Amino acid sequence: MGLLARRNLFHDRVRFAVTLTGIVFALVLIIIQFGLFLGFTTTTSNNIDHSNADLWVVFHGVGYFDTGRNFSERKFYQVLSTPGVAQAEKYMQAFARWKHPDGRVENVQVIGFHPGSGMGEPWNMVQGSVADLKQEDSVIVDELYRNKLGVQKIGDRIEIGDHRARVVGFTRGIRSFTTSPFIYAKFKNSLDYTNPTSSEDSTAYILVKAAVGVSPIELRERLRTRLTDVDVYTTAEFSRKTRFYWMFTTGAGLAVLTAALMGLIVGVAVVAQTIYAATMDHIREYGTLKAMGATNRYLYRVLIEQAVWSAVLGYGAAMIVAYFIVRASEESGAVILMPWSMSVGLFFLAIVMCIAAALVSINKVTRIDPAMVFRG
Amino acid sequence: MTPSQAQIVIRAKGLSKVYREGETELRALQDVDLEVRAGELTLLMGPSGSGKTTLLSILGCILRASEGRLEVLGENVSGLPERDLPRIRREGIGFVFQGFNLFPTLTAAENVALALDLRGIRAGAAKKRGGELLAEVGLAHKAGSFPADLSGGQKQRVAIARALAGDPPILLADEPTAALDSTSGRTVIELLQRLARVHGRAVVMVTHDPRVLSFGDRIIHLEDGRIVREENNATSAIETSSFLEVQPAAPVMARELLI
Repeated sequence: MGLLARRNLFHDRVRFAVTLTGIVFALVLIIIQFGLFLGFTTTTSNNIDHSNADLWVVFHGVGYFDTGRNFSERKFYQVLSTPGVAQAEKYMQAFARWKHPDGRVENVQVIGFHPGSGMGEPWNMVQGSVADLKQEDSVIVDELYRNKLGVQKIGDRIEIGDHRARVVGFTRGIRSFTTSPFIYAKFKNSLDYTNPTSSEDSTAYILVKAAVGVSPIELRERLRTRLTDVDVYTTAEFSRKTRFYWMFTTGAGLAVLTAALMGLIVGVAVVAQTIYAATMDHIREYGTLKAMGATNRYLYRVLIEQAVWSAVLGYGAAMIVAYFIVRASEESGAVILMPWSMSVGLFFLAIVMCIAAALVSINKVTRIDPAMVFRG
Repeated sequence: MTPSQAQIVIRAKGLSKVYREGETELRALQDVDLEVRAGELTLLMGPSGSGKTTLLSILGCILRASEGRLEVLGENVSGLPERDLPRIRREGIGFVFQGFNLFPTLTAAENVALALDLRGIRAGAAKKRGGELLAEVGLAHKAGSFPADLSGGQKQRVAIARALAGDPPILLADEPTAALDSTSGRTVIELLQRLARVHGRAVVMVTHDPRVLSFGDRIIHLEDGRIVREENNATSAIETSSFLEVQPAAPVMARELLI
């Protein structure tokens, strides 16, 4: 049975190539779309996920990162005085105008935090250090945006929000979901760059660390009871809300998932068509097998083995193609992520896809009349 | 183990087959009574449309009769559910087709081995047995050849080897010599006769070919779905090399059936 399945599958090389192409196309499209989806969702919440905080205190009604609104720092002191709070830091996120050396202007998102606090800091430093931000009017940017921002090395001077500043470090892999790159600065400077008229007594967020032995959920409830006009979320909750907003409220995620689903449907259709065509080409053989006493189950196993071989080989080819695509995306503004769990899931998806595609053929061979072998 | 000589392996009583298409009714077989014995080569002859292939299909449990009773190897198959018929075919019947129906992507040996695979024989044992069967039909040297590289006669002998894979007591052949030249045809018919006379199998063969008349032990003539005449060939046999050469030694005894 296995030999017949393999020989029939590989016998017609052109048809087999078409089958593989369909599978590779479907899987690579799914990888790109889901990979982009994962990349985007990770990007939208990366500052939250890397904050090293247990809780986020935000202006009431702020549903996601990127739209922080300032509130009085009185809340900050209320947080600090709450039992169970080990540490609290003010944190800023707002947009500003970045001026190129050649005069062009870019929008950037300024992240303000307290260097050395251990919370809200940039990560993956490849040049310079976070501690360098303690210097006045210093900023850290991601190396991905060197050309976009017109900076190439540490020490380059820039203008942001009508203030002059100096680049003191570069990170790697901190992408912005919007077109505005993240610029990291100490809290006080961030206020100058984004809204010079704003009071130093205000903040957009408060990052909170729970004391040892205090659960973040418990602390969250405690803070919700004590504070008014603000919302309190765990880091996971705020991260989830932010991702959900960008992915589904804006429709971006739905578009990506729809494209992935279309890829799946195309893959199934192509594989179904080629397996069906191959089955029809060999229909007399299936009729002969039935006349010889093969059960329907035996025939199904031939078809399913063909489907599984197609899936395995198609998956292998798709992984090779995907590897190069994923590597290439690392240098771009839109990263495609492919965690190992996705790779494993795709393998099973390929198997299911190809077996589903074989169902049409399975239905056909079930209905074969073995008496057909007596007709010319 | 093959049934003993003269044992009845197929018993058909009152077989009829009606095809219905809308309001049109076609009676392909009408009230056929037939017994097939081990050790005999039975020929089914008649003009086109006489019901020969329909009868063969019913005897082989590929088609169901509309009426009548059919016993195969002592089992009443008329009342068996459809899902049990593959078992009857697999365990008791080998088929040889006019168009050979070999699998083009498999070699001769692999074609025979596939029939063993159907029966659950493991690959190693199937390959060995396949080689033995090909040797029995004189094609051991063609084990690695694909059907496209074989002559018509060789293909049919491979098909016979495949039909013998399950050691079936019954062999049903549908015009096995129709696509062959006279030399190949003779080789094939001699092989089928040997399988009946020497190995004790019941061989039933549908044929138009008058060249094979002298090889049959019984010749059953059909017309319009009915058996109209039955002849018995009393014969003597002279063994030459690996094939039997059959000479009719007594007058043909014919029996006209009342229509």
